[in-house]
Amino acid sequence: MSPDDRKYTQEHEWVMVDPAAVGTAIAGITEYAQDQLGDIVFFELPKVGDAVAHLGKMGEVESVKAVSDLFSPINGTVTEINEKLLDHPELVNEDPFGEGWLIKVAMTDVAELDALMSSQDYDAFIAGL
Amino acid sequence: MTATRLNTSGTNGDHFQSHYIPSTVDEQAEMLAALGIDSIDQLFADIPDEFRNPTLDLPAPLSELEIQQELGQMAGKNRPMGSGPSFLGAGAYNHFIPAIVKALITRGEFLTAYTPYQAEASQGTLQVIYEFQTLICNLYDMEVANAGMYDGATSLAEATLMACRVTKREKVALADSISPAYIDVIRTYCQSQDIVVEVVDPTNPSLDGETACLVLQYPNYFGYIEDQQKLVDAAHAQGALAVVSCDPTAMGMLQTPGHYGADIVTGDGQPLGIPASYGGPYVGLFAAKQEFIRQMPSRLSGRTVDKNGKTGYVLTLQTREQHIRRERATSNICTNEALYALASTIYLAAMGKQGMRQVAELCYHKAHYAAAQIGELPGYSLPISGSFFQEFVVQCPTSPTEINKKLMERNILGGLDVSEKVPNGMLLCVTEMNSKEDIDALVAALSEFK
Amino acid sequence: MQQGGNRKTEKLLLQRSVPGRVGVVLPGLDVPTQPMPDDSMLRNELALPELSEPEVVQYFTGLSLKNFSIDTHFYPLGSCTMKYNPKINDEIAFQPGFAGIHPMQPVEQSQGALELLHKLQGFLGEITGLPGISLATLAGAHGELGGMLMIRAHHLANGETGRLKVAIPDSAHGTNPASAAMAGFEVVELASDKDGNVDLDALRSVAGPDLAGVMITLPSTLGLFDTNIVEVCNIVHEAGGLVYGDGANMNALLGRVKLGDLGFDVCHLNLHKTFSTPHGGGGPGAGPVCCTEQLAPYLAAPMVTQNGDAYDLFTPEKSIGKLSGFHGNFGVLVRAYTYIRTLGNAGIKSISGNAVLSANYMMNALRGVYHLPYDRTCMHEAVFSADLQKERGSSGLEIAKRLLDYGFHAPTMYFPMIVHEALMIEPTESETKETIDAFIQALIDIDREVTEDTELVNNAPHTTPVARLDEARAARQIDIDREVTEDTELVNNAPHTTPVARLDEARAARQPDLRWQPETAD
Repeated sequence: MSPDDRKYTQEHEWVMVDPAAVGTAIAGITEYAQDQLGDIVFFELPKVGDAVAHLGKMGEVESVKAVSDLFSPINGTVTEINEKLLDHPELVNEDPFGEGWLIKVAMTDVAELDALMSSQDYDAFIAGL
Repeated sequence: MTATRLNTSGTNGDHFQSHYIPSTVDEQAEMLAALGIDSIDQLFADIPDEFRNPTLDLPAPLSELEIQQELGQMAGKNRPMGSGPSFLGAGAYNHFIPAIVKALITRGEFLTAYTPYQAEASQGTLQVIYEFQTLICNLYDMEVANAGMYDGATSLAEATLMACRVTKREKVALADSISPAYIDVIRTYCQSQDIVVEVVDPTNPSLDGETACLVLQYPNYFGYIEDQQKLVDAAHAQGALAVVSCDPTAMGMLQTPGHYGADIVTGDGQPLGIPASYGGPYVGLFAAKQEFIRQMPSRLSGRTVDKNGKTGYVLTLQTREQHIRRERATSNICTNEALYALASTIYLAAMGKQGMRQVAELCYHKAHYAAAQIGELPGYSLPISGSFFQEFVVQCPTSPTEINKKLMERNILGGLDVSEKVPNGMLLCVTEMNSKEDIDALVAALSEFK
Repeated sequence: MQQGGNRKTEKLLLQRSVPGRVGVVLPGLDVPTQPMPDDSMLRNELALPELSEPEVVQYFTGLSLKNFSIDTHFYPLGSCTMKYNPKINDEIAFQPGFAGIHPMQPVEQSQGALELLHKLQGFLGEITGLPGISLATLAGAHGELGGMLMIRAHHLANGETGRLKVAIPDSAHGTNPASAAMAGFEVVELASDKDGNVDLDALRSVAGPDLAGVMITLPSTLGLFDTNIVEVCNIVHEAGGLVYGDGANMNALLGRVKLGDLGFDVCHLNLHKTFSTPHGGGGPGAGPVCCTEQLAPYLAAPMVTQNGDAYDLFTPEKSIGKLSGFHGNFGVLVRAYTYIRTLGNAGIKSISGNAVLSANYMMNALRGVYHLPYDRTCMHEAVFSADLQKERGSSGLEIAKRLLDYGFHAPTMYFPMIVHEALMIEPTESETKETIDAFIQALIDIDREVTEDTELVNNAPHTTPVARLDEARAARQIDIDREVTEDTELVNNAPHTTPVARLDEARAARQPDLRWQPETAD
C-alpha cells in the first residue's frame, strides 16, 4: 500500500506538500520504481534554481546495469536537492518515501496536485503492469 | 592410411577436413540425422536461391609448412628496425621490449580470453586492468585512468569529444605542433558532431569563452617541450580544459602533465612493451581528473568484494558505455586493446621505478649527443630552439628523402622527412636501442652531404 | 575452473614492491652525459613498483590462471564467435619482418607488408562481394563509425542535408546506435516481427526523405537469417537511403552468400570474431570496412594500391579522413590473412557449414527444456529464454553463473534486449561434438537443479576464484583519501584456489575504486 499522504504519476514519482514550507512540494520515486531499478548507484539531479516541468525530464538515475530518466511530477523551481544521495544513493532503495526524497520544488500552482493519482489509483495502476 | 592432401582445387567439395574443424563426415551425419535433414546446405534455405552458394575465388589453401615459407618470404621483403641502426620515431618508437612481455601475453589464458563482462570468470583480466589503471595514473600524475583506447590518435580524438561534453562548448583548439595524423583523426571524429576544429599557435594560442579545450602534445610532434604550465593556465583562464597527449617514456624523467594541472591526458602505449608492427595494434592511454569520471569513454575496472568479503574486480560505471546507454553512450568503443594494455602493464612492472628513469635518461643523453654532433656538421643546423627529449629536427643540406635513400644503402634507417614544416627538415629519434656506434655511423653518413 | 599453481595473486604490484629490486637490466650510458633540463622540468616521485623478474612472471602467470579462455574452456558466447585461435597466425605475426617495421618507413622498405594488405583487401572484397576495402579501422565499432561517416558524406555530397535519421532494429548490438549517434545521426528504432525479421511495415513508415539509411546485422543478433532482407534493401534504396551491414555474425555466412549481392552498400567485418584473431581479453581487434565501388571514394585513409609490382598507400579522393594514427591493426590483419590462406574456398565454406550445423544440433537438443522464442532454423547461434526457469524461481543470470561451476563459460546473457531472460549460445565450428554434447547435458542438468535445488543454482558460482562480486560497492565507494597510512594487507590469506562468491556490483558502482593507492583500505 502506497502512502496516502501524497500523490503519484505514471512515471512512478510521488509528490507531497512540504509541511514545513508553504508553496513547496517534496518529490521522489516510489517503492515500485526502486524495486524495478535494482541497486541504485548514482543520481543526476537538477540544480537549485532550475525550472522543472510536469513529466519533463529532470535528471537520470543509474543502477548497476541500467540508466533511467527521472521526470518531474509538477511544474516549478527547484529549491533544494537531497545532498545525502551524492554519497548514499542507496537511501532511495532503502527508504524511497522518506529519507530517499529527491528534490524540493517551489510549485507554480498547488492545484496541479489535484490532477495526479491518489495512492489507491496508483496501487491499482502498478497492479496492472 | 591415405595421405590427407588438402582439397586444393578450391571448388566446393562436400567435405573439407580442416585441422581447425573437428567434425568428421560421420559426426556431421549424426548431427544431420538428429535434425532429420540430409545435408548442411538445407540449413541455409532461408538465403534466396539466386544468391546462395556464390562462387568464391580465393587462392588454394596452404599447409602450415607452406604458410611458414610463403609468409616468411613476404616478411623478408620488409626492413625491420632491429636489422640495422634505426632513427625513426614520429609516433611509433624503437624501444627495448623485455622477453617476458611476449612470453606472458601469449599465454592462452590471456590471449584467448574474451572481454571481461562475466566478472567471476575474468578475474585475471580485470585485475590486470586495475593495475594498468593504477600505473598509468602514477605515470601521468592523474586521478583516474581507463582500460585503454585504440591508440594515441583516437584516444586524443575522444578526449576532445569528452571536453566538449564536459564544458558544453563546441570548439576545440589544437596546437599546430601536434602530430598531423592526430589532427587528421580529430577532424574526422569532429566532422559529424558540429564541433569546430581550430589549429592555434602554442606560443600564443587564441582561445575564448567558446573553446572547450586546448590540445597539446608533450613533447610535441617534433620532440620539443613547450611551456606546459603556461598553456594549461591559458586554457583554464577561458574555462576550457587542458588536454595533453603525452609520451609515456618521457614520463620516466620529465615533469608530469598532472603536475601542471592537465584535465585529460592521453597517449600511445606503444613505447611501453609493444612492437612497432607497421602501425598497430597499439593501446591508447586515457586519464583524467576524478570529477570527469562519468564522461570518460571505455571500460573501467573497479575493486569490490564478493559475498564472502573476498576482494575481487568488476567492470564498473558501465552505464557510460554503449551496451547500456546505446546512442547516449560516452563512446561507441567496445573491443579496445586489452592484450596490449596487459603488455604495457607487464613492461611497467618489470621496468619499474628505476628502469623507466634509466630508459628516459638513456634516450635523453643519446639524443642530445646525436643532435650536438649533427649540429656541428657543415650544411646541417638545428633550427628549432628549446629543450627536447628523444626527438629533434635537423635542417639538412638537401632533401631528407634523398639522404634517407643513401642511408639505407648503409642499412641505416633515417628520420622522417618533415620538409612541409621545416625546409629540408628531418625528424630524428634516438633511443636506448641506438648505441654510440650507431649514432657515430649516422653522423658519418650524414657528413657526406654538404 | 582450473586451480593451478600456488603463487598468490591478491597483493597488487605496488604492495609487493621492495625498494632496490630490479626487473630489467639496461646497458650503461655509452655517450658523454649531456646538460640536463632545469630541475623544474623534471618529475618528482615515480610511483612504479620495484620487483625482480621472477616475481613479475609469477604474478602475471598467477593472474592468467584466474581467467576463462578459449584455450581452457568451451566459451559459447553468442555473437562473439569464440573459435580456436590458430597458433601459426601468432608466429607469423611475430616475425621481425612484420612486427619490427615502422609504419612511416619509405614504402620501398615495406613492400611485403603492403603486398599482404593489398591481397587481404582482395580476399575480404571477394568474401563480402563489396570491392571497396579499408583496413584502417581498429575494431568493429570503429568500422561502424567509419561506415556511417561514409553514408553521411555520400548524402552531403549529393546535397541531401536533411537525411539525418538512421533506423536500427531493436535487437541490435549497442555499438550500432552509439556509432550512428557519433556520426551525427538521430536513431530510430525498428521493431522486429514475430519471426525475428525486420518488420517491413515499420521500415516503410520511416523510409522517407529524411532517412539516411539502416544498420542491419545479418544474421540478426537473434541468430536468424532475415528472410526479407532483399526487400529491406529495396525499400531503403527506393527511399534514397543506404544499407549498412554489421558483419559481426559473418561466421554463419562465409561462402554461403555475399552481402553485396543482397543489396548491402557498406559493412564492417570483425576479424577478431570471424577470422580467428585472438580476443586478448578485450582486443586488439580489427574492423575493416567493405563497400560498393560507388562508396569507395569515401573510405577512411589509407588504402593500399598496386602499380605493376609495387605497392603503395593512398588516400581515396573523397576520404572521410583518417580514423586511426597509422594504417590499421597490422598485427591483427596479418593473422586474418594467414587464416584465409590456410583455408581457401572450401575451408571458408566449411566454417559456416559446421558452425550452423553445430548450433542447430544444440538448439534441437534443448528444445522443450528451455523456451525458444523463435523456433525456426537458426544460423551460427541460438537464442533461448530462461522464462520457464524464471517461473520456478531462477533466472538466466543464475543459470549462466551455475554453468561456471560445470566448467563452461556462460553464454551471452540478457542480449538481445528484446528476448526476456535471453541466453545466446554460439558453439562455433571449432568445438568437438563431445564438448557440445557435454554442454547440452549440463544445461539439462541445471534445469533439473532449478526444480530440485533452486538455492544451489541461485548462489552460483561456487567454484570460481571469486564468487559473485559486489558491483554496487565498486561503483559506490570512491576512495579519495590521500593521506599516507600504514600499508594495509589487502585481503585475508585465503589461498587463491578458494571459490569466490558472487561479486558486489552495486558497491563497485556506488563507490568506484579504480586504482590502488597506498592508503587504500580493504
